[in-house]
Amino acid sequence: MSESKKEMLLDPLVDNNPITLQVLGICSALAVTSSLKVAFVMALAVTVVTAFSSFFISAIRNFIPSSIRIIVQMIIIASLVILVDQVLKAYAFDISKTLSVFVGLIITNCIVMGRAEAFAMKNGPVASFLDGIGNGLGYSLILMLVGVIRELFGTGKLFGITILETVNNGGWYVPNGLLLLPPSAFFVIGLLIWAFRTWKPNQVEARDFKIIEQEGGH
Amino acid sequence: MPEANESLSPWARFKALPVDSTPKTILVAVGLCLFCSMIVSGAAVMLKPIQEQNKVLDKKRNILQVAGLFKDGVDIDEAFKAIEPRLVDIAEGKFSDAEDAASYDQRAAAKDPARSITLEQDPASIKRQAKLASVYLIRDGEGQIEKIILPVHGYGLWSTLYGFIALKADGNEITGLQFYSHAETPGLGAEVDNPAWRGMWPGKKVFADDGAVAITVAKGIPSADKAQYHVDALAGATLTSRGVDNLVRFWMGEQGFKRFLDNLKAGAV
Repeated sequence: MSESKKEMLLDPLVDNNPITLQVLGICSALAVTSSLKVAFVMALAVTVVTAFSSFFISAIRNFIPSSIRIIVQMIIIASLVILVDQVLKAYAFDISKTLSVFVGLIITNCIVMGRAEAFAMKNGPVASFLDGIGNGLGYSLILMLVGVIRELFGTGKLFGITILETVNNGGWYVPNGLLLLPPSAFFVIGLLIWAFRTWKPNQVEARDFKIIEQEGGH
Repeated sequence: MPEANESLSPWARFKALPVDSTPKTILVAVGLCLFCSMIVSGAAVMLKPIQEQNKVLDKKRNILQVAGLFKDGVDIDEAFKAIEPRLVDIAEGKFSDAEDAASYDQRAAAKDPARSITLEQDPASIKRQAKLASVYLIRDGEGQIEKIILPVHGYGLWSTLYGFIALKADGNEITGLQFYSHAETPGLGAEVDNPAWRGMWPGKKVFADDGAVAITVAKGIPSADKAQYHVDALAGATLTSRGVDNLVRFWMGEQGFKRFLDNLKAGAV
């Protein structure tokens, strides 16, 4: 049992990562990764919401009528997100100002809903909680990786501390402005997926179709 | 089977229903909604005082920043004692003691028909304007006004921008402009918070020699005589820049604080 619990936590980090393998939660990964501090709080918020929503949904899974199960899941997720938003506004006002709408958008993050539907509806509360933490951590890992690349090469800083002195401040580093814009996260995530699948070739999906080789053509 | 069912109490019969039956579905939906709404509203009510406090602190910090009195780690409430809040009657252009300056809420007043006016000409797209405005004064050692901090707001692209503009005692030279609340696009319109852009405002003049509002936020390089009234627009944020231009010109104009600033210069406030 302890072995499978460990697996539940660690499996989503690399082998079953929600972003690189399941390709869920891409939208918020684009929006909040231009600064590490914001990405960190977002990752924490998503992990908390995924874990607790999976826990509560799993706890009442035998009472959820299948006709309204998506609505029931949404109500639980939305309530948790509002809670997180209120707590951030009370205890981390500056960060909640920068995160602005993105906290509310955790509701639409596919990871939360995806884990509720795929795992929590079929497994016990403790297992679902661990699965939520694991997937939240998997999301966090990618968010932090993308955040490091974007903030370091976009502004020369990490967590707001200057690492590469930029030209504007009399240093040598010319920051790459593209990395601060949302599309750059697509490139970074794309490259990460490539790297992950080169490292773990079994993550590569089977082709949907095969290109037929032309015979005798010229 | 039917007989066995009839002998049961209504509750036991309800319990025997499958989860997917209509009564149970309704019970789950109603119960869950009640429970979640209680949790959410409970949290909102309990955390409200702390959130309000944060907002007040944030506003004070912005006033201190725009006044150039803010340093990292300074006690905001302590530093704020150097600032004197006053109310200004916008139409008359004079100080007013009709309400308590420290607790006056200009945003709430703008929604109250008795304490605000509907704007006919509304370039800043704010619809209603409070009759009284909260201004903040900083005095030098001899009690002379050194800086005037005026509240401004207006619509950008997605949201109303709320901020402060700080002027020198001549009521003309800007020493800072800063927004404390808005929801413009991060990276584009939200660059109104960028220190580099805010740094372009100090030293600019609001009024031309003939007294007309001359300050503009626009693209391009102005001619030499216009440079002191010109702030470069934000790249990639045309509508936010236009909004800032409109709101600054509105609040500095006849419908805004122009009369007050003229009176202040003439010493008749």
